[in-house]
Order: sequence, then structure tokens, then C-alpha cells
Amino acid sequence: MIDDLDGDRRGFLKCMAWAGTGALFAFSGGVGSSIGLDAALAAPLKQASLQPFTFAQISDSHIGFNKPPNVDARATFREAIAKVKALPQRPDFVIHTGDVSQLSRDEEFDDAEQILKELGLPVFFVPGEHDMLDPDGGKAFLNRFGKGSQGAGWYSFDHRGLHFVALVNVADLKPGGMGNLGAAQLAWLKADLAGRSSSTPVVVFAHIPLWTVYADWGWGTDDSAEALKLLARFGSVTVLNGHIHQITQKVEGKIAFHTARSTAFPQPVPGTAPSPGPLKVPSEQLHSMLGITDALFVRGHDRIALIDSTLSA
Amino acid sequence: MTRAHKILTFQASAIAAGALIMGVVADMARATPAPTPAAVTIGNFSFNRQALTVKPGTTVTWTNADDIPHTVTSTASVFKSKVLDTGDKFSFTFAKAGQFGYYCSLHPHMTGTVLVKA
Repeated sequence: MIDDLDGDRRGFLKCMAWAGTGALFAFSGGVGSSIGLDAALAAPLKQASLQPFTFAQISDSHIGFNKPPNVDARATFREAIAKVKALPQRPDFVIHTGDVSQLSRDEEFDDAEQILKELGLPVFFVPGEHDMLDPDGGKAFLNRFGKGSQGAGWYSFDHRGLHFVALVNVADLKPGGMGNLGAAQLAWLKADLAGRSSSTPVVVFAHIPLWTVYADWGWGTDDSAEALKLLARFGSVTVLNGHIHQITQKVEGKIAFHTARSTAFPQPVPGTAPSPGPLKVPSEQLHSMLGITDALFVRGHDRIALIDSTLSA
Repeated sequence: MTRAHKILTFQASAIAAGALIMGVVADMARATPAPTPAAVTIGNFSFNRQALTVKPGTTVTWTNADDIPHTVTSTASVFKSKVLDTGDKFSFTFAKAGQFGYYCSLHPHMTGTVLVKA
């Protein structure tokens, strides 16, 4: 458990120094905090009496991507998996927040699955838009990674008193729009949350951010406000997303938002490039990922702490 | 005038009219050759000619010059490309006049329109 966020800030920023980044989450008392994997690796084992549990998030592995700045997204994905395996506290499970593949090809999904098997941990998935490119619009992904899910791949589960909700916002996208949850999924979410105690900590994960990071690049979800309304009564809500290949964090009310980095390639900070295409950092810089300076998410006791993220050279 | 003569005359007129029509069609074909194909390039997560006007019969070809895959998807389900990886092309021939909106189904903020008019 990380109980001194300030003290870990340096370690957190240091973790930006490699491409195959994952993020580690520790839960105690329902309040989530995040640190980089390097910091977690360096952290001494805390007293066993706390007995927190952890899970890891990996995202945007883009298996099959082979262009600058990363000609082998499989290799960096393996590095990310090795980092997760080397954590001093073994996570209970891993979530993958989408864009497992580059083009939804069978061999890409296959390789991702094989590499993930090295973890020896349960992995929970949501699809990204790159996982919906087979002729059947996502069936290849769902058949492999979405067993037991509903609709386009949504589901929920409980783990040690927390409620986890996996949402899909990359299906049936509307012209001119951003991410989309859709009426059927929102109805399902309402029913899923109904009857749960407001003191239940909730973790929601989906591929595209559930708040508008940058509308010009489609970095948001058109109907996310309706989902957030359903979540508003809960005392602790953590929203974990991918898609934008960089860490952004903010807190709004009781809801903490966090986006994970990609294991494949960085993308520019909003507005700093003509498009959100891969940030072509020199190969020697790929692992340092210096294109991104992260804002550390600090949860205040009685106020919202919001720290902007910027890109550094 | 006999009945037979009338029919014969009618047939002759019909043939003459048909020949005239064919001649006009041939003239039209000579006057308006097949429209020049049009091209749209996809780059920087956008279609470089967002509003394209072409004549009926024009074949439009989209080329993905981006390093991220995209699609060309008609908003009214008139046409839909497979996923276009870098360098891949998709063509569609617009036979009739009309306005055809389209977008990238992966990145729906990418939109464009083809206006087809004579």
C-alpha cells in the first residue's frame, strides 16, 4: 500500500522512463491511488497486517504495430508483462483496457494471448476500436477475450468488496461523434448498480476516456455523463481508461479518472501535434517515453486535487 | 392509305426515331467522356478533401497515407471500406447525383462529404 503519495512522486515520474508502462493500483479503505511500476518495484514490502490487494492495468498493446517509433510492439508488450510479474506484491489480476491488437487479426490476438499467459494471472479485457476490425465487427475479440460478457462485451464482477464494471465504448460509433456507450449498455449499467450500497467502492474500466480529454481528436465518450450520473452516489469511484497512450488524471466529486499509457507507442499531448498519430520519438528514447510528463493524481481529503499533465521533450 | 401501309409507316418512323435516339446518345457520350477519377488522401486523422464535388459516374479513390488504420464508411450505408492500413486504397463509383456523407468508423470525428451533381 502506498500511503505517502508525495514521497512516491519521484518514483512515479521515473516510471515514465520506459515504454512498456503499466500502472499499479493499491486499494485500502476504498480509496485508490496509483504509482508507476518502477516505484512499486522499488518499494519495500509493507507490513503484512494491511493486506491490501492490488491489480495491474495494461493498455493499448497494439500487437501487430510495426512502424516508427516501435517496430516491435510484441517486444515492448513482453517487457510490460515482465514488469508486472516482477512486482513485489503479486497482483490479484490484470485488466487490459483495449486495443489489444492493431488490426484484429487472429495472429495478433493469438500472440497477445500467448504473451499474457506468461503472467499466470486472470486478465479482464475490454475492446478498443482496433479490436473491432474483423468482418464481424468485434466477434473475433469477443470469442477469445469476452466470454460471458453481454452486448458488445460489457460485464461486471466483484472482488474483495470492490465492484468492477467493464464498459465498451468503441462499438457502433456515430459519424462526427466520439466514444459511445449506447442506450442498451446504459440500461444494463443502471440495473447492475441498482441495489448496491453506496459505500461499495466501484472501479469502472473502458477503452476510450469516460470524460472529454480532447474533443477535436475524439478523446471522450458522447454519453459518458449518463454513466457518471449513475455512479455519482457511490463514495469511491475509480475510472480507468486507455486509448490516448499517456497518463492523464483528474478528480471530479467522488470520481477519480485515470488513463494508462500504451505498451506500444506514445501519442502526443492534446493540441501539440496536427493529429493524434504515434509520437515518433527516436528509438533510444522510446523506452524513456519522455514525450509525456505526467500529473500525479492526489486525492484530497475534502477537495478535488487536479493536476494537469504536459508533454516534455 | 391502307392499313398495312400505316403499320409499315409506323415501323419506319419507330426505327428512324430509334436511330435518332441512338445517335443523340452517341453524341452525348462523345460530348461527355467518363468523368475524371477523383482522389482523397487520408492523413493526420482527416480526409484531405472533406467536401468533394464530382460528376455522376465518377470513381473516387481514398488512399490511407496515415500510419494508423482507418475506414471509409458511408453514413447512409451506401458504401463501406474494409479497414485500410497504411497505403491501402478503397474506390467507389458514384453513379447517381446526391450528397454522400461518410466517416471513419474507428475515429468517427473524421468526416467528409461527396457531392455528386451533373
